[in-house]
Amino acid sequence: MVRIIGFLVGLGFAGVLLISLFVGVSNYFSNPPAPMPEGKFHEEPKHLALASDGPFGKFDREQLQRGFQVYKEVCSACHSLSLVAFRDLQGLGYNEAEVKAIANQWAIEVPSVNPETGEPATRKALPSDRFPSPYANETAARAANNNALPPDLSLITKAREGGAAYVYSLLTGYQNQPAKLLKEFPTAKTPPGLHYNPFFANLNLAMPPPLTSEGQVVYTDGTKPTVDQMAQDVAAFLVWTAEPKLENRHRSGIAVVIFLLFATVLAYLAYQQIWAEAKRKVRRTGPLDPKNKAKSRRAKAKQGIAG
Amino acid sequence: MSFSWAKTYEPKSPFMRWLDDRLPLPRLVYGATGPGYPVPRNLNYFWNFGVLAGLALVIQIVTGIVLAMHYVSTADGAFNSVEHIMRDVNAGWLLRYAHMNGASFFFIVVYIHIFRGLYFGSYKPPRELVWMLGLVIYLLMMATAFMGYVLPWGQMSYWGAQVITGFFSAFPLVGEPVRLWLLGGYAPDQAALTRFFSLHYLLPFVIAAVVILHIWALHIPGSGNPTGVDVKDEKDTLPFHPFYTAKDGFGVGVFLILYALVLYFAPNYLGHPDNYIPANPLATPAHIVPEWYFWPFYAILRAFTVGFILPAKLWGVLAMFSSILLLFFLPWLDRSPVRSGNYRPIFRRFFWILVVDVLVLGWCGGAPATPFYVSLSQIAAAYYFAHFLIILPLIARFERPLPLPNSISESVLHGEKREAAPAGTARRASAAAR
Amino acid sequence: MATLEQSAEGSDSGDGVRRRDFINVAALSFAGVGVVAASLPLITQMNPSADVLALAATEVDISKILPGQAIKTVWRKQPVFVRNLTPKEIAEANAVPLRELRDPQTLAERTKPGKTNWLITMGVCTHLGCIPLGTGEGENRGPYGGYFCPCHGSAYDTAARIRQGPAPLNLQVPEYQFKSPTVVQIG
Repeated sequence: MVRIIGFLVGLGFAGVLLISLFVGVSNYFSNPPAPMPEGKFHEEPKHLALASDGPFGKFDREQLQRGFQVYKEVCSACHSLSLVAFRDLQGLGYNEAEVKAIANQWAIEVPSVNPETGEPATRKALPSDRFPSPYANETAARAANNNALPPDLSLITKAREGGAAYVYSLLTGYQNQPAKLLKEFPTAKTPPGLHYNPFFANLNLAMPPPLTSEGQVVYTDGTKPTVDQMAQDVAAFLVWTAEPKLENRHRSGIAVVIFLLFATVLAYLAYQQIWAEAKRKVRRTGPLDPKNKAKSRRAKAKQGIAG
Repeated sequence: MSFSWAKTYEPKSPFMRWLDDRLPLPRLVYGATGPGYPVPRNLNYFWNFGVLAGLALVIQIVTGIVLAMHYVSTADGAFNSVEHIMRDVNAGWLLRYAHMNGASFFFIVVYIHIFRGLYFGSYKPPRELVWMLGLVIYLLMMATAFMGYVLPWGQMSYWGAQVITGFFSAFPLVGEPVRLWLLGGYAPDQAALTRFFSLHYLLPFVIAAVVILHIWALHIPGSGNPTGVDVKDEKDTLPFHPFYTAKDGFGVGVFLILYALVLYFAPNYLGHPDNYIPANPLATPAHIVPEWYFWPFYAILRAFTVGFILPAKLWGVLAMFSSILLLFFLPWLDRSPVRSGNYRPIFRRFFWILVVDVLVLGWCGGAPATPFYVSLSQIAAAYYFAHFLIILPLIARFERPLPLPNSISESVLHGEKREAAPAGTARRASAAAR
Repeated sequence: MATLEQSAEGSDSGDGVRRRDFINVAALSFAGVGVVAASLPLITQMNPSADVLALAATEVDISKILPGQAIKTVWRKQPVFVRNLTPKEIAEANAVPLRELRDPQTLAERTKPGKTNWLITMGVCTHLGCIPLGTGEGENRGPYGGYFCPCHGSAYDTAARIRQGPAPLNLQVPEYQFKSPTVVQIG
C-alpha cells in the first residue's frame, strides 16, 4: 500500500520536474538570456599577501599603524568604524597616553548632552568611546553622498567575498571604461556620478577613487606612500578591525591542535591495547586467504555478479 | 534489553550500593553504556557517528548557554551584541566560533550517521522506531539551526527568515495567516527575533529528550552491525565498556582535531560574508542562500519552475517537505529482508548514485539559480524521488542478494572485509595463533 | 576451528598489566586535562568584558566646584559625591573626638594630604543603599551639616561620617588620585 502510493508520488514529482526541465531547456534555446556586461567584464580580486595570512599569521603592527593613518586621513570623512573603540588601538602598538591623545584629537566629536541646557551637544572622545560616525544617521549620509550610503568599515573584510584582497583591488582598480565593453554593450555606459571599477560586482561604483596620488598621506616610518602601498596598508588595517583577536586565535589554535594530536595518538594506542585483549584475534584465516577468496568468488559467480 | 549473557550491575562501594538502592541510575548507566550492554564485535568506524552527534549536541548546548549570557535579542542590539561577544567578552570569539562551526559539524556528523543507516539497513525491522525518532531529531535540528542563524540579525539572517517563512504562504487559504502567526508581524522583525531566541534555547533540550528515546529504542533490540545478521550468542558481542568506549574515545579525538582546525584556522569558511552586514529590510542580497547543510533542500525547492495543476512555488515547497517526510516510510518502501548493503550488490550501486546525487543537489543549492544549475537540480531532484519511491522498492522486490554469513562471529572468523578491530591486533593475533 | 574467548579484562599479569594500564591512564589523563582546559573559557567569559573594564576609571573635572559646593557624578554606574569643604566645615570635622564616632576616622584619613578640602565619597548610604541628600543647593543636609539619608534617617557629618541613624559605616571613600589640580581620576 505504502509502496503503491509512494510510487505514484515519486512519478508525480519526477514528472513535474522533467516537465520543468523540458520547458526550461527549450526556453533557453529558443530565447537565450541576454548577456550582461558583469558576466564578461567583472574581475576577480588581485592577489594580496598580508602578514596575517595563513595559520601562523601575525599582524604587522607598523603596517596596521600606517593603515590607520590612511583611514584617519582619507576614509574617516565618510566611513564610520563604529564597532571599534579608541582603547582597542592599543592593539596596534600605541600606549595608553597615545590612545588618549588620538581620541581627544579625533576630528569628529561624540554625541552628548549639554549639562546646563540639556540640548544635544558633542564632546571630545574618550578612549572608552567607539569611533563616532561622520554622519548623524543614514539619511544624512545619503544626502551628502549622492544617495549612496558609505558602509561602515569595521567588518568590511569579513563582509565581502574576497576579503582584504577585494578591498585592495577595489581601491586600486579604478580605470576608464574599456572601449571593448561599450562596443559590445552600447547601452552600458557608466552613468554620471558613478565610477567604473571592474572589481565591483556591478562594475559601476558610487565611491570616487579615494586614493588618487602618491604622497596623499605622509608616512612617519619612511615607507613610500604609493597608491598601491596605501591601499595595502588600509586593507591590512581593516583586517585588524574585523578581527582584532586574530593573533590569539592562531596562537591558541596551534596549541590546541598539537595537544589534540597528542591526546588522539594516546587514545588510539589505548584503543589498540584494549582490543588486543578481546582475543578476537584467534582467527586462522583472513580476507586474503585463498580459501576465503575462492568462496567469495564462487558466491558472486552464482549470483551472476562480476568482480 | 534481552541478551541473557549481559553482565549485571554489582555496586562496587557502599556509597554506590546506597545510591543504586534509592535511584537505579548507576544500574542504568552500567546497562546502557557500560559493561552491561553487549554490542556486536564487528562494528566499523561508521558506528562512531552516533556518539559524535551526541558530543556535538553537548558542545552546542554548553556554548549556547554561555553565549546567551551576552546576546541581546533586540533588532537594534542583536548584531552589535554578537560583535561585543567577538571583541570584548573574555574568550567570546572562541565561544562564538565554536557555536557557529559546532552547528556545521553537528550536521556533518548527522549526515554521515544517516547515510550509515541507509547503507546498512538500520531502518529495517525491528529498528523502525529508532529510525523515525532519528528523523524527528533531524527535523528539530533543522528548526533549531534555522532559528539560530536568524539571531545575529545579519543580512542572511533576515533574508533567510523572509524566504523560509515565505514557504508557508505557498499554501492556499491558510498559508498567509500561518506566516503572519509564525512571524508575529508582516516581515521578520522584533517579534520574530525574540520568539526565535526563546525557541532556539528550548529546542535543543527537546532534541536531548528525543535522543534519549532514540537510544532507548535502539537498546531494546541492541545495536545493528555491518553484516546485518542478528546477534545469536555471546561469541558475537563485546561489552560496550571498555571496547567501544575506547574506540569512541579515539573517534572523539579525530573529530575534535578536525573541528579545531576549522574553528581556529578557517572559522568563516562554511559561512556567508553577507551575514557580517547588519540586516537591511530595504536591500536584498545578490544571492540569498541558507547555510550549506540546507543546500540540497534549497536545490529541490528551486528546481520546480513550471506550474502543473498546482503553482510551481507550491510544488517546490511540497517537494522540499516530502524529501524528508518520505524517509519516514523507508522501512515500508524497502522491504528486502537483507539489511546490509554489503550483501546487496544492486542496492549498493544505487546507494552510491544517491550519495553523488545528494552532493550534486548540495552543490546546486549553494549556487546562483542560473539555467545551468536549475536544470541540473531538476535532474538530480527527479533522481532523488525516483530512488526512494520507485527504485528501492523495485530492487527490494527483484534483486538476488549475496549469501549472508551464518553469524557475526563466523563472519569475523572468515575475515569478512568490513570489521571492527584495527589491523594491528589482527596481525598480532594471527602471529599468536600460529 | 579456534575458539573465541570472550575476555574483557586483561588476564596477563605482571609487567604486561602495568604497561597496558599506563597507556589507558595516560590517555584518560590527557582527556582530563583537555576537559579542564576547555572549561576555562566557559568560566572566564563571565568576568567583566573589556568594555566594562574600560569604564573602571572615570575622570572628573573639579574646576567649577566652589568651596561649599558639591556635585554628584557617576563612577562604575554608581553615584559619587565630590565636595569642596569650606574651612568652617573642615574645622567642625576635626573638632569631633574619635570615641564619639561609630566608625572612627579622621578627616585627614578620608582625604589626600594637602587637599583636605576635597571630600570624595560614594553617594550610597551604608545602611541599605539609598542616595543621601545634601549635594544640591537647598537640600536637607541633616543635623550634622553633611549628608542626610531620607529613607531611614541616617545623618552624616561634614566629613561624611555616620553620626546618627541606622547606617553602620561612613560613606565609602573610593580609590582616587589627582591627575592635575583640576582633574581627579576615580578608580
